[in-house]
Amino acid sequence: MLSTSTVSLAPAMSSRLPMSAAASERDDALADSTAWISALRHPAERDHAIARLHDLLVRAARFEVSRRRAALSHVRGGELDDLALQAADDALVAVLGKLDDYRGASRFTTWAYKFALLEAGVRLRRRAWQEREVVIEPEVWPLMADTGQGPEGHAEMSELMGAITESIDACLTGHQREVFAALALNGVPLDVLADRLNTTRGALYKTLHDARRKLRADLAKRGFTLDSI
Amino acid sequence: MDRLTDDDTLKRLLGPAEPELLCDECFEKLDEYVELKLQGAPADERIPGMRAHLEGCPACHEDYDSLRDLVQSDDATT
Repeated sequence: MLSTSTVSLAPAMSSRLPMSAAASERDDALADSTAWISALRHPAERDHAIARLHDLLVRAARFEVSRRRAALSHVRGGELDDLALQAADDALVAVLGKLDDYRGASRFTTWAYKFALLEAGVRLRRRAWQEREVVIEPEVWPLMADTGQGPEGHAEMSELMGAITESIDACLTGHQREVFAALALNGVPLDVLADRLNTTRGALYKTLHDARRKLRADLAKRGFTLDSI
Repeated sequence: MDRLTDDDTLKRLLGPAEPELLCDECFEKLDEYVELKLQGAPADERIPGMRAHLEGCPACHEDYDSLRDLVQSDDATT
């Protein structure tokens, strides 16, 4: 289940630990995935390993912030760093809770990174849309604008768009129409819509996936060739 | 109609044609997929349905791009 936890870490766990020579040696020992798992499970090593893991997750979350900074230019830097720290805290809780799920298919650090990137990405998408209206009306059809094709191509595109509109009306349930309109037509991010509808990214994408399958099947039945799409 | 135009628009509307993973499965395998890709291994053969999902799901695609770039930057500095 893709979701963001609201569990907060104790302040001591969220802070960086001072580095000592012994700590530096321990860091070397944590260089491979087996050592990470072992340290996180060993009572004598656990606190230090958790602190190092948290540093790693903070770095990943800040990396995500830096990628999205241009789209969040209206948000002050301190707030963005707070979001990164919150994302790292929740990612740490998720990683520690799922240690038994780690199967070694990738390096431990790569596996852990994805939790921080997910948490940060979700927060930042929601922040970017915080003051924006989420349009879920199927009548809004921005993609019907001029496609830039020549007269023949434009006619083909218009015909297909008309057919898709008919299939939307004929085949999709009300909920599928709303989700399809918001995500596929109006470009609302999945995580933003999930937040507004109090559901999950996975559940919404499944709805979109099922709607797309219905539309493809209906269009194929009506003679449209969709193999190359 | 023998050729459809504006593939990007149509892909956004209709999604991938081939079978795809869903978001939870994508997240579960994302780290493995990224490392296979960075190693030049046949990631799409090893994890069928991932590429199609990343084409159809902008959120998971962004997560993939971020993880790939972060791991790549790590590898470049070690």
